[in-house]
This record gives sequence, C-alpha cells and structure tokens, in this order.
Amino acid sequence: MTRTEFMQGNTACAEGALAAGCRFFGGYPITPSTEIAEHMALRLSKTGGVFIQMEDEIAGIAAVIGASWTGTKAMTATSGPGFSLMMENIGYAIMTETPCVIVNIQRGGPSTGQPTMSAQGDMLQCRFGSHGDYSVIALCPASVQEMFDLTVDAFNLAERFRVPVFLMADEIIGHMRERLIIPDSVVSEQRIPLEPGTLPFKAGEDLVPGFPTFGKGYGVHVTGLTHDERGYPCATSPKLHEDLVKRLVAKVEGARDSITSCDIINPEAETVFISYGAPSRTVQQVLHDHSGDGIGHLRLKMVWPFAESLLARFKNAQTFIVPEQNLGQISREIERHVDGEVISVPKLGGDLHTPDDLYKVLEDAR
Amino acid sequence: MRHEVRFSGFGGQGIILAAVILGRAAVMYDNKYAVQTQVYGPEARGGASMSAVIIDDEPILYPKVATPDIYVIMSQEGFEKYGAAACGEAEMLLDNTLVHSRPACRYIEIPATREARETLGRDIVANIIMLGALVAATGVVSRTSIEKAILDSVPKGTESLNIKAMKRGFELAEVESNR
Repeated sequence: MTRTEFMQGNTACAEGALAAGCRFFGGYPITPSTEIAEHMALRLSKTGGVFIQMEDEIAGIAAVIGASWTGTKAMTATSGPGFSLMMENIGYAIMTETPCVIVNIQRGGPSTGQPTMSAQGDMLQCRFGSHGDYSVIALCPASVQEMFDLTVDAFNLAERFRVPVFLMADEIIGHMRERLIIPDSVVSEQRIPLEPGTLPFKAGEDLVPGFPTFGKGYGVHVTGLTHDERGYPCATSPKLHEDLVKRLVAKVEGARDSITSCDIINPEAETVFISYGAPSRTVQQVLHDHSGDGIGHLRLKMVWPFAESLLARFKNAQTFIVPEQNLGQISREIERHVDGEVISVPKLGGDLHTPDDLYKVLEDAR
Repeated sequence: MRHEVRFSGFGGQGIILAAVILGRAAVMYDNKYAVQTQVYGPEARGGASMSAVIIDDEPILYPKVATPDIYVIMSQEGFEKYGAAACGEAEMLLDNTLVHSRPACRYIEIPATREARETLGRDIVANIIMLGALVAATGVVSRTSIEKAILDSVPKGTESLNIKAMKRGFELAEVESNR
C-alpha cells in the first residue's frame, strides 16, 4: 500500500534503493551521506541483502563492482573526499560495463573542506574525474520525494545501460525532512542476460552487451584493460581501443534525448533560470512569487548526459541565469550550446541562494 | 499560512527531535506541508543546537527559514545565538529555568526543565513540555496531531511519561496566555 512518511532525504534515498531491488551496499560512512549507510545497514539485514562497511571508499566501490558481477543490484554512498578516492574504480566500472549506483551527497571542497555544509562542486568531477574518455549518467534530486524517485531511476538506468549511475545530491536535500510518498511498488528493470553462445562483450544495435552473471555458467574474463569481444586484454590495437571507447560513449550519449528528465516552465520566456538540486527550490520560489512575469525555468533532474536539445525548447530565450553551489560548473556547459547570454550565479560556503539573491540578478539582467 | 518555527537549546535536550515531531504532526496528521532542517556543525554536539520547521498549507518551495515567526528557546546560549534577534510580530516560548534573557518580541515563559524534573521526575522530557506549550500557544498544529506524532517518535515504554509532559505543556501555556 502507498504510504506517506515524514522522512529525511538520505533515508528516502536508501528506501528508493531498496524499492528498486538493491541488495548490496558497500561503503565507508562520511558526512553528510552517513544516514544512507546507516539505513541500509538496518534494512538490508532484514531483506536478505548484504551490508559491508569496508576499510575505505576505494574498497567500498570495489566491493560494489564485485557484488554487481554476481547479478546483484549494488550501491555505495559518499561525499567529496570519498568520491575522489573512488575515481579509479569508477573508471573500472565504466570499462567493465558494471551496473551500479554511486550516491554523492555533495559538501564543500576541495579536500575535507566543509563536512556539514552543502555544495555542488563535484558536478564536473563526476563527468570527468576518472581518466580516459567516457560518458556517465548523473541525476540531481531537488526534494525528499526525488531522493526516492531518482534513486529508483538510477538503478533502472544502470541496469539498462550497464554503467555506473550517479545520484549527485547535495547536503541540503540529503538532510532535510519533508513529505515522502512511498508507492506500493516501483518499475524495476533488470539487466539483459547474455545469450548462451554469444561473446560476452559483443554488443548489438543498442550498444549494450548481455550480462554474463558470475556463477551462472560463464567463464568470463573481466578486465580494465582494453579488451576484445571475448573480454580478453588486447591493449595494443588502435582500432579495437577506438571502437570500444566510442561504443562506451555512444551507448550513453546516443540515448540522451530519450532518457533525459527535467521540468520546463514558461518555454516562451525571454529570461530563463536553469537549475538542478537545491538551488532549484529558490528558483521555484522566485517563479511562484513572480507568477505571470514571464520567467522561464529549466530544472534538470538529469545533468549528464547533458541534453542540449532541452535548451532549444526555450525559443525566445535571450538570457539564461544559472544559480549553482559552485563557481559555475554547469553554466559553462550551457554556454557551449546557446547564443544568448549566460549569467552564472555562483554561491560557495554552504548557504542556499536566497530568493533575494535571485531577484537582484533578475533585476540586473533586465 | 506559512509558519517558520525555530528551536534552539543545547545538544542533548532533544531540540532536533522536537522539531522532527512537529514536522511529522503537520505532514502526517494535519495534512499540511512541512520542511525540517537543522544545523549539523560540530558546535551542535554540546554547544547551541538549532533546528527549524516550516509549516504551510501550500507546497514549500524555498526550504530555509529566513525570519522565524515562532521561537522555542531552551538554553541561554541558544537564545544568544538563535533567539536574540527576534522582534516585531514574532512570538517566543522560552524555558525560564535555563534562559535568563528576554527578547524584544512577545514571549511566554515556560518552566519546562523545572517541571520536567520536579513534577515528572525526568529532565529529558522538557522538550516535550515545550512542544505541548508551543502547540497550545500557537495552534500551529492540532493537539491530537502532536499527540500522535509524539507517540510515533518516542521509545517504547515512555509513551505515558511523554504524553503527561505534553499535557503539562498545554496547561503551562494556557496559564501563561491567560495572564
């Protein structure tokens, strides 16, 4: 039965993971993400799942990758310093096409920075932080309800595309409590199993190979080295490497317009806010208070892959205003795709942009 | 009608729990919208603890408290850090066992810690006395809703103690309001 709760964002994320069928959590607690690990530790033991607190975040993501190869839906949750430690193995998950979900409740960086304060400073790290060329999927919730809903989406996308999917939340959304409606059941996708007799890394038209679950009769070789369709290392063929990396990118980028997720308000507007995560709440307040004033809003629930086609939906837009809890990481991505003016509204230190902050930018822009 | 309620005291008094119970009462039993936030800094571990609840009939967009209209203050340091600026139309409930200052706004003195200790035998329910007083003084949620939310939130075996504390809070606020 659908039930209503008054719940914290981090707990809602854990509940979303469980609803999506997650049965493995590996990680290391870190503020402001710890409540996710705490809740998973309590609940997984009662659902036949496994919770492991590893020695650090490197081992946490490694355990998640291993668990996923047994066919289990697996996740970890962390914040900036732990996210930095995970970067090498995130590349390994991408190269080995391992479905998993990585939650980052962003706090102020660099380094240990501000453990208890909100930030969105890891948005480019999640896109580019591991070495080599690749593409990722990153979702950004702006409410407790979306901490649940987008965690479910993250698992489904990970299964469908065989990629690590990032839930890039922030301390404000992770720690606030508000209404959460937990549905009776959720749509839960499963990775497509490998057809017997098919090569384990040979992809069809959708560019996603079938999954050869460990223990299901396959003697499959899994390596971070450039590999052929059998999974064997073949690290000196320029063509094979180029084809592999291009496929890993294309399976995500080719789907971006079909998987993207956003809210579009007033697409006829000349002045348009673009936001993701907590600053979206301030933008929503500004639009509510200025209703009828013809201000547009593009709220991205999925930031990566960046669906530039969404920008073209605002046909009359001359000015885009982009409030972020960083020094303009996504505003630069927007600048690449639009002719109009892009005004970055950075905010560091942990405080959320106030409505007055944005009114002032709006007045100056007009 | 949007209400912004700010709770402050010292770590261990159950300031955050009081705020969570209030938000829960609004959302689960009054069918309103609520957002609860809190200060997570290391100063909250023994220093001045602060938590805020916004309650509204409409969905809450901007989730942070800007100018509280209701304060619940349970320590002198909490007053100085989070209550001293209260003015205008705001209303403050303060635990006069522990808070010596008085604000520029309207206020009600509730001897919550003394009552908890002397009448109920447990300091630890002072926060629930304040919560009862808050509801009786402001009507920000209904009395039946706060009772249900308290029962949802307190440890098994302490229900009757906490309900007594809540009712004592109702009485203390009524006495003060009638003065």
